Amino acid sequence: MSAPHTLGAFVEGIGLRGPGLPDWPAGARMLRGMDPWTVAPTVIPALQCLPSAERRRTGITVRLALSVGLEALAQAGADAATLPAVFTSSGGDGQNCHEICEVLTSVDRQLSPTRFHNSVHNAASGYWGIATGATRASNALCAHDASFAAGLLEAVTQVVVDNTPVLLVAYDAAYPEPMRTVRPIPDAFAVALLLAPEVTARSLARLALCLSEEPATVLGDAGLEQLRGAIPAARSLPLLLQLASLTAAHLRLDYLAQRRLAVEVSPCR
Amino acid sequence: MSSLLLSHFTATSALGRGLAATLSALEAGRTGLAPCRFETVTLDTCVGEVAGLDTLPLPPTLAEFECRNNRLAFLGLSQDGFSAAVENSAARWGRDRVAVFVGTSTSGILETELAYRRRDPLSGALPGDFRYAGAHNTFSLAAFVQRALRLQGPAVVISSACSSSAKVFASARRAITAGIVDAAVVGGVDSLCLTTLYGFHSLQLVARAPCRPFDRERDGISIGEAAAFALLERPRTAPAADALLLLGTGESSDAHHMSSPPPDGRGARAAMLQALAAAALQPAAIDYINLHGTGTPSNDEAEARAVASVLGPELPASSTKGATGHTLGAAGALEAVICALALRHGLLPGGINTRAVDPGLGVHYLLGNRRAKLRRVMSNSFGFGGSNCSLIFGRHG
Repeated sequence: MSAPHTLGAFVEGIGLRGPGLPDWPAGARMLRGMDPWTVAPTVIPALQCLPSAERRRTGITVRLALSVGLEALAQAGADAATLPAVFTSSGGDGQNCHEICEVLTSVDRQLSPTRFHNSVHNAASGYWGIATGATRASNALCAHDASFAAGLLEAVTQVVVDNTPVLLVAYDAAYPEPMRTVRPIPDAFAVALLLAPEVTARSLARLALCLSEEPATVLGDAGLEQLRGAIPAARSLPLLLQLASLTAAHLRLDYLAQRRLAVEVSPCR
Repeated sequence: MSSLLLSHFTATSALGRGLAATLSALEAGRTGLAPCRFETVTLDTCVGEVAGLDTLPLPPTLAEFECRNNRLAFLGLSQDGFSAAVENSAARWGRDRVAVFVGTSTSGILETELAYRRRDPLSGALPGDFRYAGAHNTFSLAAFVQRALRLQGPAVVISSACSSSAKVFASARRAITAGIVDAAVVGGVDSLCLTTLYGFHSLQLVARAPCRPFDRERDGISIGEAAAFALLERPRTAPAADALLLLGTGESSDAHHMSSPPPDGRGARAAMLQALAAAALQPAAIDYINLHGTGTPSNDEAEARAVASVLGPELPASSTKGATGHTLGAAGALEAVICALALRHGLLPGGINTRAVDPGLGVHYLLGNRRAKLRRVMSNSFGFGGSNCSLIFGRHG
């Protein structure tokens, strides 16, 4: 095996939404243990940034993904229109998929055109462009349980190779039954990281990535550890914990069967 | 960007299994489209179906991935010595230094559609043989390809509708340039399913007769299925004189509408210009463009405006979707392979089914095959959500 190869990027802004985690400032306080965290249903906000006709057409996964993306950009004072984006999700819009499969068992199989165009895995990416005017490259990834690490690797690679800031958005939501039984994701979770090639006054920390075979970092808090294991996008929690406390750390995120994604976190402040 | 070696490639579609069948169909101007007899579908349309998939189960060691999409992927990997070429690459670089970047729009959704017919009448539960990770999940294709080829590097599915398996070339290019890996299996596999057949029908985008891209009477798409793969590698030494290369990639977003492009084609234009800039080429250096050319009135018009404005009205252009159908998430990789065949054999494939080119489109659309030595070709792929990707391939010599 060759020597591990390291890729680096600076975190400029963070967005977060999950069970009992309403946004990044409040979530960061909970992750640091300054405020208590208890499981509560994820609150998905309405979107003001889409035209009303488009807003009516979006499901919760799109609202979830866009809300964390907007939070990360607002924190960094960045303009979405100029940013490439990487969206990553394990299952996309499971509710929409379920409803399509139900209609296809009916006699007339009359699908709604909106439901069909919302079924693409890049729906969040598409609505992001419509909402923000972002015309740069936008990606839509899936790696099942490894979707967060795969997205982080893709985004940081793009930061390094194309020398550009990149917005990463990872999101997952619960399936309805009967899919929920075969893919029991309990609730919605989304995280966004604005990543940049150079340090700026807003930089929170530098991330250095490489592939590893060491086991993944687990969380000390039993409730958060359960959340990490239950929702693919929440596999980001060990990284978010370090970004909340801004302490130097070396951690490993769940990735593929024989692989972890090792992340060295070096605070900038 | 630095060029990457396109060291091996293969395609399986309604035109046939492997490169020889694909090339001979293109040379003969033969279409793989035929009236739809797929599953229980009652739509009056033509499809590009790959024959025999129902009788080609996966080997027992890969049974957890059993579904039409992965059967098509396996059939594709088995052609043209592709798996052996990947094995050589893995031996050269290391199994952990070869990535898998593959595109699909619907993965194994057909199995889910069929499983919904077999839900328990009382509880509503799915049947016990339902496979979420191996078949339904979008990542199933990458997991399957990685397992079948016994690779251990990064693996991911890009699923951006009909640009999916063009964008895999851009992501693989970045991963190799960054030094994460030295080679990548890229490709796309999409297979017939009810979601896309009835979905495009609901949008009134499906043609009854075989699709006629760029025709003045074009009236929609014909859906096809395909598996196409390529092996991209970091060049170790100066490439051979006849080597084929990935020269440039360009990606953009329309930021306009979920299922239709802006009429001026500005997103397509941005992707094409970016690919040219990445390849450090002037527009005049392109000898042929394989259009996205789906055959819907508005898609072809938007693309034509972009092509005419970037590459001019004289550049020979065609869509091969009249032959293969629109293979959706596999279209980018399938048409990349057709571009590689065009470069290797000096064949500019004419766009079949099209009878009278729409004079309003302002593009030099080829109705018949032409022979010429080609040095640089471009391929366009555009998808729902306003996702655009342009690729440039070339010969080293």
